[in-house]
Amino acid sequence: MSDKDLEVIVATDCGSTTTKAILIEKKGDTYRQTFRGEAPTTVEAPFEDVTKGVLNSITEVEELSGRRLLDGEKIITPNEGNTGADIYVSTSSAGGGLQMMVAGAVKAMTGESAQRCALGAGAIVMDVLASNDGRADHEKIERIRQLRPDMMLLSGGTDGGTITHIVELAQFLKAADPKPRLGASYKLPVIFAGNNKAQQQIKDILGDRTALIITENIRPSLERENLMPARHKIHDIFLEHVMQQAPGYPRLMKMVGAPIMPTPAAVGMMTEKFAKAKNFNVLAVDIGGATTDVFSVFSGVFNRTVSANLGMSYSISNVMAETGLANILRWLPFDVDEQDLRNRLKNKMIRPTTIPQTIEDLQIEHAVAREALRLAFDQHKSLAVGLKGVQQERSISDAFEQTASGQSLINLMRLDYVIGSGGILAHSPRRTQSMLMMIDAYQLEGVTRMAVDSIFMMPHLGVLAQISEKAALDVFYNDCLVRMGTCLAPRGLAKEGQLIMEWEVKVPGEKNLSGELRFGDIIHLPLEAASAKLTAKPVKGFDMGAGSGSRVEADIEGGVAGLVLDGRGRPFELPKARAKRMDVLNKWYKAMEMYPG
Amino acid sequence: MAHAYTPGLKVIPCTLLKKKRVLPIPGKVLVDLGREVEASDIVAQTELPGKVYPVNVANRLSVAPDEIKNFMVKGEGDTVTKGEIIAENKPFVKWFKTAIESPVAGTIESISTITGQVMLREPPKILPLPAYIKGKVVEVHEGFGVTVETEGTFIQGIFGVGGETSGEIEVAVKTPAEDLAPEAVKDIHRGKILIGGRHAGLSTIKKAVATGVKALVVGGIHDRDLRELMGYDIGVAVTGTEKLGITLIITEGFGSIPMAEYTFKLLASRNGEKASVSGATQIRAGVMRPEIIVPGYPRNVTECKKEQGRGWIEPGDPVRMIREPYFGVIGTVKALPPELTVIGSESHARVLEVELAAGEVIMVPRANIEMLEK
Repeated sequence: MSDKDLEVIVATDCGSTTTKAILIEKKGDTYRQTFRGEAPTTVEAPFEDVTKGVLNSITEVEELSGRRLLDGEKIITPNEGNTGADIYVSTSSAGGGLQMMVAGAVKAMTGESAQRCALGAGAIVMDVLASNDGRADHEKIERIRQLRPDMMLLSGGTDGGTITHIVELAQFLKAADPKPRLGASYKLPVIFAGNNKAQQQIKDILGDRTALIITENIRPSLERENLMPARHKIHDIFLEHVMQQAPGYPRLMKMVGAPIMPTPAAVGMMTEKFAKAKNFNVLAVDIGGATTDVFSVFSGVFNRTVSANLGMSYSISNVMAETGLANILRWLPFDVDEQDLRNRLKNKMIRPTTIPQTIEDLQIEHAVAREALRLAFDQHKSLAVGLKGVQQERSISDAFEQTASGQSLINLMRLDYVIGSGGILAHSPRRTQSMLMMIDAYQLEGVTRMAVDSIFMMPHLGVLAQISEKAALDVFYNDCLVRMGTCLAPRGLAKEGQLIMEWEVKVPGEKNLSGELRFGDIIHLPLEAASAKLTAKPVKGFDMGAGSGSRVEADIEGGVAGLVLDGRGRPFELPKARAKRMDVLNKWYKAMEMYPG
Repeated sequence: MAHAYTPGLKVIPCTLLKKKRVLPIPGKVLVDLGREVEASDIVAQTELPGKVYPVNVANRLSVAPDEIKNFMVKGEGDTVTKGEIIAENKPFVKWFKTAIESPVAGTIESISTITGQVMLREPPKILPLPAYIKGKVVEVHEGFGVTVETEGTFIQGIFGVGGETSGEIEVAVKTPAEDLAPEAVKDIHRGKILIGGRHAGLSTIKKAVATGVKALVVGGIHDRDLRELMGYDIGVAVTGTEKLGITLIITEGFGSIPMAEYTFKLLASRNGEKASVSGATQIRAGVMRPEIIVPGYPRNVTECKKEQGRGWIEPGDPVRMIREPYFGVIGTVKALPPELTVIGSESHARVLEVELAAGEVIMVPRANIEMLEK
């Protein structure tokens, strides 16, 4: 469909908690998002049909916009006057998303490539099997039997290389005879993307037991990764097999005008497009009810990870289990009884759609969010390593170096832009809350611009980019990104109150801002300008990106929160003593004007 | 009239219930269409393939994979006992002989001349599938199971642990606001579905396990006690397979919360009757809540309710607040203002006005209430 024919677009994202609909309309030459609606996702009884939530959210858009979009349970197409839309598109992460198990011959080589391939396709990777993963063979077989993935990606070996390991994995797979998660009566889809010389043996072993799909090797040689053919197959199977089994999805698939994308795949697509357009190193996070996705583009290399059980509702209790109560409590400037906190978090888990009504409850959720973001980021750093992404070259020595040192591609000092999305970041009553949550969780360094996807539009725009890149980018710049401002955080440690940096910000057409930053302080200043020039002069022992004590000049941007000068030092640690900790938390939250009172 | 979608747990005196009982893998259906079954009757069964143990014969005998068939003592499909020799070499010097024993009893499933691995499979395990509820078989799913139908009381809890069980209902407290003390759990409660009121502590739950109580149903428990009981923190609410020696269901939530009076009275009205109970909870796609099913009509009910709840809320409906600062409080919906309202956390949310028993009217986000049965 050409942009000319595309004037009114309806897009939905079916999340695990909420289904969000947006209306996009062409105004002159530019696409703008005009109205939005949301409704609870209806996978739960009494409906058990995802389309009910979709229709409810679109009904809200209808009511707000005055445009009639629905004829009963059908979307009216094309648009005519004040009725209908030209296209309806949707993403989905409801139903637990796409759950995969991957296997490779060597864990740090094809195993890791397979993991990156599945993650980039928007999947949750339940387990990575490899010949050298440290488990006994019978344990591997038992693991395959226990897990019920939506599909499996089997890789291993370079083209023309040895076939023993991959044949062995296939034999284990056959012996385990795994069943798909949804629907016991269809065969588990298995994608084979390994040594091309092993294709016939794999067919002989798995051909009758599984729905086998053979595609190009994800690692044709040690120096090259080729993830796209297997990723395309994953998307095909997601639509053909997995979605058909989920409640209401066959109906949803008939409603859409373009293939439904897994939500993370769509968000990843938008992140990449933004990074490429601006030539930025970007970190984007989507913290949802069940999972937290982290996307990064560093030096043009895209990486995505998903932390399957780190989220703010369904998985909130798992955040507590993984980080421990003490790590949550450390962010709270008041005392909470441990039993009370435990019960509160469990009650959120069992009633995932409830929202905080009091400031205290909100602060507890913000404390959990910091930990969920931090843990998910740690996982991301450990996978976004060494390789150069989708099409990359690396030598054998690089591969060995990677396993030995695990050098992450993520370099906070070189990070230009952070985008936060997901309810807790996007719906924060005050933007400074989202900003400090991310600064705390990621411990940003140097100069970092920050934004939120205010109404979590990146999934809608990612799927729309399949149809019209212009429409997607127009809306992304104009309506999706809410600039929060810039964080300035010198790296280094000193004594409290010691001068650590002098700074000056020149804003075109406005009075210059300048001042000093002392260790242990946070300075928050309003700065709305879209662009400004920073000059920062850190003292010796402190680094803003140009080395210890070196002056830095940088373009920065203002936004709804403004400029945050974080003088808490890096690496940042909270005081251990309770009273002191509460004092500094109160001081910082007050400086950021995070909470009323 | 204004209304809003709201999830609520089902608490129905009498309704038509259908339970699809299917095996995880194909097997054999053991009952015919139209048959009346008891909860414990086996309606289908299958054989779960035994565990697989690979043995790398080529490595162990130091031979090439394509040579291993020459050294196998047993062939594909042969049965073996644990310790029985499955392969051996034939050296000139007897001292250098290597024999490979089977690590398990089972059969030789495959011999690979590519990898040199031999797969041994343990004998299959029988997996019986009970009817779970007393009722009539109304549908047969060939090779997988049946659908059993019954009319009866249906109560959903909010969270549970432990699997399916059945037993007689025994109400052990006088009011829904009463805690279930350890002393209240007695030997006569062995095999029963014990109904408490507001709360059960760890000592009460442990006593119930020790006594042999089949299931315990209370308003709330503390998460700390659950952790003690399980030995770990439940991260995500996917339960039902725990082996605790008891099925535990909470009807209201974590903490000390009186059981909803309507639920309590309904359970009390079925005191002494046989119920089927499951603690399985899954708060994700295909949401599953724990349940109590009592086949047959309660004494004062003569007709089964056909409607399954309307799924939305209107002024006049009784509701319960399910989040702080009013967690557990019950009231009546007074109004459903359509506009977004700023709540205490400074968020903009859709709210409703709720009138409490004392006449006070409070504002609550619509997301933070649950509909109660009238």
